[in-house]
Amino acid sequence: MEMTLTKPAALPVVQRSPGYWTTVGRRLLRNKLAMLAALILLALVLMAIFAPVLMPADPYAASILKRLKPVGTEHYLLGTDELGRDMLSRLMLGARLSLFMGITPVLIAFAVGSALGIVAGYAGGWTNTVIMRLVDILYAFPSVLLAIALSGTLGAGVGNALLSLTIVFVPQIVRVAESVTTQVRNREFVDAARASGASSLTIVRAHVLNNVLGPIFVYATSLISVSMILASGLSFLGLGVKPPEPEWGLMLNTLRTAIYTQPWVAALPGAMIFLTSISFNLLADGIRSAMEIKD
Amino acid sequence: MFYLLRRFIYAIPILLGVALLCFSLVHIAPGDPLVSVLPPDASEDLRRQLTALYGFDKPFLEQFLHWLTRALHGDLGTSIATNRPVMSEVMTAVINSVRLAAVATLIGFTFGCLFGFVAGYFRDSAADRTASFLSVFGVSMPHYWLGMVLVIVFSVFLGWLPATGAGPGGSGDWAWDWEHIQYMVLPAVTMSVIPMGIVARTIRALVAEILSNEFIVGLKARGLSELAVFRHVLKNVAPTALSVMGLQLGYLLGGSILIETVFSWPGTGFLLNSAIFQRDFPLLQGTILVLAVFFVLLNLLVDALQTLFDPRIQRN
Repeated sequence: MEMTLTKPAALPVVQRSPGYWTTVGRRLLRNKLAMLAALILLALVLMAIFAPVLMPADPYAASILKRLKPVGTEHYLLGTDELGRDMLSRLMLGARLSLFMGITPVLIAFAVGSALGIVAGYAGGWTNTVIMRLVDILYAFPSVLLAIALSGTLGAGVGNALLSLTIVFVPQIVRVAESVTTQVRNREFVDAARASGASSLTIVRAHVLNNVLGPIFVYATSLISVSMILASGLSFLGLGVKPPEPEWGLMLNTLRTAIYTQPWVAALPGAMIFLTSISFNLLADGIRSAMEIKD
Repeated sequence: MFYLLRRFIYAIPILLGVALLCFSLVHIAPGDPLVSVLPPDASEDLRRQLTALYGFDKPFLEQFLHWLTRALHGDLGTSIATNRPVMSEVMTAVINSVRLAAVATLIGFTFGCLFGFVAGYFRDSAADRTASFLSVFGVSMPHYWLGMVLVIVFSVFLGWLPATGAGPGGSGDWAWDWEHIQYMVLPAVTMSVIPMGIVARTIRALVAEILSNEFIVGLKARGLSELAVFRHVLKNVAPTALSVMGLQLGYLLGGSILIETVFSWPGTGFLLNSAIFQRDFPLLQGTILVLAVFFVLLNLLVDALQTLFDPRIQRN
């Protein structure tokens, strides 16, 4: 028999398939609505950061003579508030506190809540029971009520408001984290890892975390718009930011009586809250469909 | 049945925890709790007498048990600001809030279900996109701002509806006639927007998921009319939809404070607001307790109804 050495057929070029996150990123970029929302948010964040440079006037300069000027007044593009301060400048500077108070509680709650939830979900048993029962008690309050009750008793001020909001959001994140962790924990690869002698910490770090943080993160992003509305709501009630600091909710509060004389000016801060909130929601929705997480 | 009983028994420690939290709220407040009762130049003697009277010198647990036993008998103390019993103030306010919440719920759930079903059935059509956009709109809306805008449009510009209040002569006498209902229109519509958004979103996702199931194809293959298939869809949607609606109703009752402030509607939210700013602790404690207990019982009811609708639910 003749042995012929045939050249092996050209091997097919192996292409590395794009990773999960690259696919998610690409899908997100194709979502026009989400991209628009992202652009708006970027503009708002930049406006907040560079407010002192961009502001046309001093946001604290009050003048009784110039109070409640309408939109389009000379030098005061968006009018003036009830103390004669330039609305445009105050809205720009107000973005700082409003965005900060909206995002920070969710960030802290994400960190604390995920930790507690993952521990509860992975450990099971008594640890799980204790943590989840405590969470249930906090969860038994409607969020707005809890936020207001805590803020009301602690007193007005940014720090107290942040604390109240964080306490409101932690239980929700703990619940989601615990539920997702429990599901992951019962999968075979975790059993396999444990059988091969990995310690709990290793298993959590290597297997649980990257499966669990995604869904928790997506849930947390849906909380940001709620947090913004609630934070501004607390200031609206006089429980958050104290005057004369500009913050959109507080501005809505002080301008309430002005709706009879300058309705457009009075409605402006709320429009900003709405714009930010809907942008966050559209972006979060976009991320969720890009990750193909079903509610 | 067993599950229901367990759930019911389980609610008791939750209620105790809730009561404890409500009671502790006053004690985490900075400053002297007696500051609203005592005149600024009070003598040491008077201070000691009042401390003993309110029981602030006793250990925390004893104070709590004392308060709890009285609360269980319906005595929530006396309001510092108005000197009236807290229970009667809270109950009057609750009735006002419930009236408003009921109407808001009706509007919100009706339209929410409508949008949700339309969006779910006609997936990816123009109707779906409109309905979905409207529900994102609803969910992102700061409702206190919407209230202000509606007042601007309907009271300031058009003059069709009153801006604040619950009735021409205060809320004392309520009647379901236009003279009174016109005060309710704006606050109820404002309150309905967020629940409408949430309900619409939930139902849309549910309907889309159910319609993609194989048993729907099977039903249609067996010749069921669209209406009959719809009944099946309805039965599958009901448990989760009910749960979400129950939560939203609780949210409306507990979170009405912002809207009631905008419209000066004399409900529990408004009462909370004045209690906070007058540092009226008995009133604050009592209102929060009543609202929280209400919410817990409502959730219990919703859970019970869910089990009735969906026998597959087995919580462990």
